[in-house]
Amino acid sequence: MNSLFMQEVPLSWYLLLSAALFCLGVVGFLIKRNLITVFMSIELMLNAVNLSFVTFAHEWHQVRGQIFVFFVMMVAAAEAAVGLAIIIAVFRARATLAVDRIDLMKL
Amino acid sequence: MTSYMSNNLHLWLIPLLPFAGFLINGLLGRRLPKALVTTVALLAPLAAFAVVLNAGWALWSGQLQVPYVETCPVGWINAGALHIGFSFVLDQLSLVMLLVVTGVGFLIHIYSVGYMGDEEGYARYFSYLNLFLFFMTVLVLAGNALLMFVGWEGVGLASYLLIGFYFQKNSAANAGKKAFIVNRVGDFGFLIGMFLLLANFGTLTFSEIATKLGQDPGWQGGVVTVIALCLLLGATGKSAQLPLYIWLPDAMEGPTPVSALIHAATMVTAGIYMIARNHVLFDHSPFALGTVAVIGTATALFAATIALVQTDIKRVLAYSTISQLGYMFLGCGVAAYSAAIFHLMTHAFFKALLFLAAGAVIHAIGGEQDLRKMGGLWKKLPVTFAVTTVGVLAIAGFPPFAGFFSKDAILYAAFALGGSGRIFWFVGLVTALLTSFYMFRLWYLTFLGKPRSEAAHHHHSTPWSMAVPLVILALLSICGGWIGIGPFSAFLTPSIGPRTAEAGSAQLEHILTGAAVLVAFLGWFIADRLYRQKPESPAQLAAALPSTYNLVANKYYVDEFYGAAVVKPLLAGSKYLLGWVVDTAILGGAAWLLAGIANLAGAILQRWQSGNLRSYAAWLAAGAAAVLLFVVVSWPTVLASLSAIHFGVAGH
Repeated sequence: MNSLFMQEVPLSWYLLLSAALFCLGVVGFLIKRNLITVFMSIELMLNAVNLSFVTFAHEWHQVRGQIFVFFVMMVAAAEAAVGLAIIIAVFRARATLAVDRIDLMKL
Repeated sequence: MTSYMSNNLHLWLIPLLPFAGFLINGLLGRRLPKALVTTVALLAPLAAFAVVLNAGWALWSGQLQVPYVETCPVGWINAGALHIGFSFVLDQLSLVMLLVVTGVGFLIHIYSVGYMGDEEGYARYFSYLNLFLFFMTVLVLAGNALLMFVGWEGVGLASYLLIGFYFQKNSAANAGKKAFIVNRVGDFGFLIGMFLLLANFGTLTFSEIATKLGQDPGWQGGVVTVIALCLLLGATGKSAQLPLYIWLPDAMEGPTPVSALIHAATMVTAGIYMIARNHVLFDHSPFALGTVAVIGTATALFAATIALVQTDIKRVLAYSTISQLGYMFLGCGVAAYSAAIFHLMTHAFFKALLFLAAGAVIHAIGGEQDLRKMGGLWKKLPVTFAVTTVGVLAIAGFPPFAGFFSKDAILYAAFALGGSGRIFWFVGLVTALLTSFYMFRLWYLTFLGKPRSEAAHHHHSTPWSMAVPLVILALLSICGGWIGIGPFSAFLTPSIGPRTAEAGSAQLEHILTGAAVLVAFLGWFIADRLYRQKPESPAQLAAALPSTYNLVANKYYVDEFYGAAVVKPLLAGSKYLLGWVVDTAILGGAAWLLAGIANLAGAILQRWQSGNLRSYAAWLAAGAAAVLLFVVVSWPTVLASLSAIHFGVAGH
């Protein structure tokens, strides 16, 4: 029983988890209508990628992957700040957060 | 006299003064008072004439090294070994030409002040006239063929503008176009000739070509003949010779002083001047020289026969001009260049006089140009009558008028050549008979007999500005030939070589002169019989020979022939082949096809840009999935290349 917990979790499990999280993020991004949920899906995708970074870094005993994760987290934090600001601005302007109704990018 | 120490003649002023006049009157003329326009227009040629006289005096007094060359320090074309500059050359030939151009040109400017006084576009008219003088003097002074070509094209432009001066009149606009287009054919020959000169001699400077030809006696026939014939084609265009003469009669649509200056005295003689300027080339090609003589002789006779039956006073003179230019070509063709230039000079005097006198007649009777509606004008226009008489006597070749000396010199040179020259002489003599006849016909119909229309009864007076040039030109038409061909050709010898064909004796010369005078009297006699003694006989004669009369009266149907043989196929080819097939079908179709493809692609691709964020994201995801799929499917190759780059380096 003890040995069961002491055993290393195989690499593939981490990667499968990462892939599953990423796919959840993609699907959430595509099907959710609320802008904040969409935004959260992006965060989910970023963290899924972070997980695979850390996994590989650990596997190959290299520190680069860890450093990348810090970068991604930092950028994600900045993005969260800017993104939320945009969301608030959009809500103030259009009184809605439904993605389908925010289609100003059309020519 | 030591005033010519510096020996700087400032030849550049000769063209640029009229050019300044053109700029002033052309740009500001409409706002300037008429008196100022007149002053500028007259001062420009007068000042140019003064510069020419100054240069002429320097040359005449022997204080000048001839040829005197003036080159602009800034070159024009410098490409490899080719250097073409703005160089002006003053020698005996260009001096004679300049004196005629600026001198007669100035007189005609004065005349125009009276003639064009009430016309619309007074300033425009004079700016064009000054522009013509600018280009004509460039043509004459040019030291190389390319600069001459600039003047050559420029006078063509001025001619076009002035023929079409009354551009609201459809016939005038068409005549201008005709002159321009027919001249293009000739210019094509000139251009090809220049290219061949460049290819074979590597230079366009006249003096260098002459030197190179002189150094190597091997230059004979062959390419020299081709070059000379190309230049001849150019000359036939500008000087209205067969087969390109057709534009000159129509050019009479322009104001009469223009006909006098451009289409009689100066521009149309540019072809003869060009041949004389390039005489070394022609001297090296007997065939080309013979062609010049044949064209000249044929044109002289051909145009003279047409002039017999023309009823428009200006058209008679136009065909007469073509005929006289033919004489000059004949002179060039028998290598008697000095005789040709001599005739050019005297012709400039008496033909300008005749045109201006015709203009005075037309002006006096209110624009009527039809000989059949004139008559009896001698009492009402005594000055015009007197000067026309002088002009008629001069062109018909009565001694001691100017035309007698020059025409005689050409005919003598032709006869002295022997062989085919005798034929040229005979045809020239027949032409002289015809010339005398049609000029006296014009004289009788215009001034003698009874007035044949209302217009011929009442008339306006001739202003002094028109009378004075007439009188001066009449004096020149009388005295212009007195210098004689001997001294004249001796003067020209440094430029165009010595007078050839001196084989004949003095006795022969007298016999030929006698024959020439005889035919002149004969022509007068026939005209007198037909138009004074029996005024009804010309109509009877025409009725007796209807087919001949119609053929000549319709100018041998040459215009119709060109229309059917050249213009129509060209127009049809342009319309159907170029217009419909090439332009509409091929070019238009290609453009239409490309536009259609772009439209279609746009219509399809447009659907992608929905503005829907989620659809964009879906495409993005699909794209990422596609890339991923590609990587997975061809994984081994990707792995191999990756390991080569990454693991190969970091593996250690």
